[in-house]
Formats: sequence, C-alpha cells, structure tokens
Amino acid sequence: MTTAADPPSAEGFRLGQLINDTRYRSYTFQAIALLALIFGFSWLAYNASQNEQLQANGFSYDFLFAPAGYDINQQPIPYTSQDTHLRATVIGAINTIIVAFLACVTATIFGVIAGVLRLSNNWIISKLMAIYVEMFRNIPVLIWIIIIFTVAANTFPPISEFRIPRDGSDPERTLLFGMFAATNQGVFVPRLVFEGLGWLVAVTFLASIAGVFGWRAHARNKLYSEGTVVPVLWPSLAILFVPTIVVYFVLGMPVSLESPEMGRFRFEGGFLLRPSLIALWFALSIYTGAFIAENVRAGILAISKGQTEAAAALGLRPGRIMSLVVLPQALRVIIPPLISQYLNITKNTSLAIAVGYMDLTGTLGGITLNQTGRALECILLLMLFYLTFSLAISAIMNVYNNSVKLKER
Amino acid sequence: MNKSVLLGALAATVGTAGIAYAQGSTTLAAVQERGSLNCGVTTGVPGFAEPDGDGVWQGFDVAVCRAVAAAVLGDPTAVTFVPTTGKTRFTALASGEIDMLARNTTWTFSRDTDLKFDFVGVNYYDGQGFMVPADLGVSSATELDGATVCIQTGTTTELNLADYFRVNGMSYEPVPIETGAEAVQQYLAGACDVYTTDRSALAAQRAGFETPGDHVILPEVVSKEPLGPLVRHGDSEWGDIVRWTLNALISAEELGVTQSNVEEMAAAPGDNPEINRMLGTEGELGAMVGLSADAFKNAIAAVGNYGEVFDQNIGESTAIGLARGLNAQYYDGGLIYSPPFR
Repeated sequence: MTTAADPPSAEGFRLGQLINDTRYRSYTFQAIALLALIFGFSWLAYNASQNEQLQANGFSYDFLFAPAGYDINQQPIPYTSQDTHLRATVIGAINTIIVAFLACVTATIFGVIAGVLRLSNNWIISKLMAIYVEMFRNIPVLIWIIIIFTVAANTFPPISEFRIPRDGSDPERTLLFGMFAATNQGVFVPRLVFEGLGWLVAVTFLASIAGVFGWRAHARNKLYSEGTVVPVLWPSLAILFVPTIVVYFVLGMPVSLESPEMGRFRFEGGFLLRPSLIALWFALSIYTGAFIAENVRAGILAISKGQTEAAAALGLRPGRIMSLVVLPQALRVIIPPLISQYLNITKNTSLAIAVGYMDLTGTLGGITLNQTGRALECILLLMLFYLTFSLAISAIMNVYNNSVKLKER
Repeated sequence: MNKSVLLGALAATVGTAGIAYAQGSTTLAAVQERGSLNCGVTTGVPGFAEPDGDGVWQGFDVAVCRAVAAAVLGDPTAVTFVPTTGKTRFTALASGEIDMLARNTTWTFSRDTDLKFDFVGVNYYDGQGFMVPADLGVSSATELDGATVCIQTGTTTELNLADYFRVNGMSYEPVPIETGAEAVQQYLAGACDVYTTDRSALAAQRAGFETPGDHVILPEVVSKEPLGPLVRHGDSEWGDIVRWTLNALISAEELGVTQSNVEEMAAAPGDNPEINRMLGTEGELGAMVGLSADAFKNAIAAVGNYGEVFDQNIGESTAIGLARGLNAQYYDGGLIYSPPFR
C-alpha cells in the first residue's frame, strides 16, 4: 500500500481525494451508483406519471371485479363469461400451475433418462442421446411448441371421422376400448365421477399409498436391524388394493368411470386433453429435459470413478451402482441447476398464447388487458404472480436441496 | 464542483426528456418532421391489408393510410406500415409507435372512451358471422351447440361470441388464436369446426382457400361491426386531418371525382363550389387543418375515391367479391355519407 507511506495531508479534505484516495474511492462510486439508481427509478415513475393514458384513466384495479365477458376453454374451476376478470385471472393462474407442474415432472423424467443414457457404454445409445440433447436445446422452445401443435393438428385423425354420419351409418372410427379417442381436437379420455361418499374411496386409496411406503420402511428396518427378510411385493400390492376395493363395495360403488360419448360435433362427457395443453406440456418437457440431461450428466461425471469401481468390486450390477451409489451423490450437484430449470419451465409457460392455451398470460395479460386497456395494472399483477410462484418453487426446492446435500457436522 | 456537474447533467437529462415529450404531443408536427406516416395495419388480411408480390402493402385499409400520407406529406409512399395483431394494436397506438390505426377495428363505446381513442369515421360497415365446412351440414348458427370455434383473441368477436352462445343457451369450445392467418390454418386442419370473425374478413379469407366452395358463411350476423380508422384521443387537429381525408374520399365518389379526372378538375376548376373547395381551388379548407391547399386533391389522386378503393381491393370484380351492400353511398341505399366540404 503506497498510501500508507504518505502522511495524512495536513490541509484536510480535498475534493480530489474522492477519486484518488483509496479510503474514499469506494464510497464515491457507491454514492454515484446509488444516485444513478434513484434517478433511474424516479425517471420511470415520472415518465409513468406523465403518461397521457394513465393520467386520464387513473391507476385502479376496479376492473378486476367487472364481468369478463369472454369464455375460457380449460376450466379447472367453474367459470362462465359473466364471472369477473378476477375469476378469469385465477383460472389462468391455475392453468399456468397445471402445465408447469406437469412439465416439471416429465422434464425431470426425460432429463434423468437421457442424462444417464448419454453416459452409456453403448455407442448408439449415447450418440442418440447426444443428438436429442443438442437438437432440442439449440432450437427455441417457442418453435418446438408450434411444431408439436401443428403436427398434432395434422396427424391425429380428424374428429369428423368419429362423427356419426347423417345417414345413420357407422362412423369411420370408433373409441379405442370404448374409452379413448385421439383426435385433432384433442385427446378424449374417461373421467372418474364421484357420487355421495365417493371421496372416501379416493382418501382410502391415498392412505393405502402411504401404507405401502410404511411397509417398505418397516421391511428395511427389519432387514438392517435383525437381518430377517420380510416379503415386500405381495403385502405391498395387498395394502394398495384391498382396502380401496373393500371401501368401494361397502359404500355401494359410488365411483364410476364416465366415458366420452359422441355428440353432434364432438365427444361429450369424459375428460378432454386439449391440443394446446399437450403441445405446451410436451414441448416444455422435451426442451427442458435436454437441459436437465446435461445437468444430470455433469452431476454423474462429478462423482469420482473410484466410487463406481469400488461398487463394482463389491459385486453390484451396473444398474444398482447407478441407483445406489452414483445418483444419490450426484443429486447434490444436480439439484441446484435443476431449480433454475424448473423456474425456466414456469416462466416459459407464458409462451402458451402461441397455441391458445389459456394460462395467466393469456387471460390476465392477454384478453383482460386487451378488453380493459389497463396495461400497467395487468402487467404489474402478472409480474407479481410469476415472481411469487418462482420464489415459491425456489424455496421448496431449496428445502429439498438442504435435505440431500452433504451434512457437515 | 463534482456535485454541481452531476446536478447539471441531471437537469439537462430531465430537460431533454421534457422537450422530447412536448414534441411528441402534436402528431402532425411529428409526422412532418419524420417525413413519413407510421400507420398500423393488420398482419395480413387479403383485400384489406397485405403486402403484394413485390412487398408493397395493398388493400382497403392500406389505401386510407396512403391517402393520409398523400394529404399530409404529398407522397402516398411515405408510409411506414406497422403490422399489428388484435392484441398489440391498441398499445401500439397509445404508446405513439403508430400515428393512426387502420386495421378493421370496430368502433365501440369503451374503445372510444375508456381506452382513450378517437374513431374518425367508418370505412366499412361489417358484422360478425360464422364460416363452417359445407359437409358439416349446418345451415344456421343456432345449430352450433357444442361446436369448437376458432376465434382471434383480443377482438370484439370474442365477446360477441360469448354473448351470442349464452343468450341462445348453447355451449361451445373456444379455441383462441393470435392472428387471423393462424386461425384459418387451424380451421382448415379441422382443429375447429367453426371460424368466426367479421363477415368481410371471412369472405376475404375464404377467397384464398383452395376450394372456397367447400365452405359456407352462415346467414346470421350476430353483431354490428363498424370498422374505421382511429387516432389517439387528445390531439383533435390530427384527428380532423384523418377524418376529413376519409371524408374526401367518400365525397369524391359522390361528386364524381375519380383518380383519373382529379388532376384535370383541379387544373380547370368547374362550377361546382364543393368540388372546388375540396380540391383546394377555392377557399382555404386545407389551411384550416394545417395542410396545403391541395392536400385532399393529393389524397384522391393517390388512391382514388371511396368507390374506386372498394372496387379495386374488395369489390365484386376481385377474388374477395364483396358487394357494396351497407357500404354503398347513401343515395344508393347504403350508409356511406360524408358531411359537406364547406
């Protein structure tokens, strides 16, 4: 430090010291940065306050309680065009969450499989996976969404072939197993209908799933503590199905399967997976799956080869080595980048409008904004939602990350 | 000292921002200074606004843009066409990205008042209709209960559709699509049974199909859709210019002024004072709206009168083949009527 050699100036403080003196320099720059920041934000606020439209219309969220007037196709909760913009917004938000959740699950599955297989010793498999990864992550996701949507609309059989011809003859195509139909207007599948106490059956089934996990934990404890082998497969199956079936019949079969049936134009009843949802879900999964595959590969490569060799020396088969030795350790490397991939999926769902999927950007940021002209209010609300939702995902994933990361004691 | 420099810079920046803002507030000055008119049009509707084989925009709405450019700048080619979707058009106009919007836009109460725009007139009286494949066997919109309907999102059609089906106690599956072209693609692929939009656009889109005869436009007209150019609210001088340019085209048809005889009529003023005032050979109508005396003459010379614009772009002799119908002059039983040039 050369400054240490200089005795402090007896003349007191000079302005030049703000730049030249290391004691003050950092404060100077921080103050300038702060001023620039304040100026930037106040300029934005000033600009907004001078906006003619805003001055004329004022800033208000009252429009949220006015009737929306438009219809939405995918309605997770009941909705009519006479409901409020707020309800339309909530439906959009739920639709965003639905597709984000589905895509996160499938992208993880695709990614883990592709990532592991890319490290396979089989040349063809590893090269195929390399092609998958490079092809999907290097083409924008919007293009994939549109490609899949267009392909689905043009390759699935037209719904007109399922219609009953006007002369009463048999239609060209019928439902697969009397339940399923893949058409260019969507995939029609049966739906579970719960009557009366039907929900008890569902609750029993969920409890049974928990029971299976309990039994497996019990079996493992027995094995580790006493060395006795408890059968797992058959008791698990019994726990899973017997109580549900018993409750189902005791309550008098309150749950039924509703199959789609052909109406005048399309199938009525049942459940419709719309082409927009399928295209968005599949495109986001396969695109983000390619990134996750790279994360998984990086995670696996981060585990020293000695681990694999040691496990092999113990006589473990390759599949077991991967699932018991390598992946649990690799997870520590994989989880943090996986969080950002989940966030990417969530944000990329806003491309839904390209295929007419009514997510939050389609309802609040699209039709509501357009019909009310409240751009600033809608966009602010939109930002708030995506921010909240992303931070929530981040928080949940961080909890999981803390549970798998190396415990330092 | 440093401090004062910083403050000076701040003041200067705020000052320039303020000046830039003030300049932007009169659209006429901005257009003249820029030397070109920014005109919002559709992303492509045959007959109304679409680039031709050479990339030159052509169409019924485009003609309005060109007429305004000819009136203001004396050059019908001095137009920057900004393609807008149903969703982006109002933001583009409100933000000043475009000076005027001529994009099959329906004049409604809330757009005129709440969205703070000014509709300057109507250049096409339209109504919403439905198109279905002929082999669906539907002859009336009341038979559409349960159908899948393609709609262009962000338009009045979306609201009319919801109202029509609700009032008639019918259900439907909406398929919202961003642009008209994509909607047509989905309709032709069979992803929806019905395509709904303004009947003029239905006719225009159908004309572009491989087999137009396989598709029928149902007789029901479910709404009033007066389409017209619009400008931002609050700049009445600019609104007047666009309004009276449109009126000049309409009056020209009424008074028998055409693209071919307008120069002649302006060079040798006849004895019809209204024609003379409109073409700038008598009185000072041009100066009253801040333009040159021959402004409206230039507009007519650039695109022709209303009837010519209609016939060339969407009339019965074109592939789109729309009859004048409601869009005939008032003396032919239509609604097209211009206030006098006086």
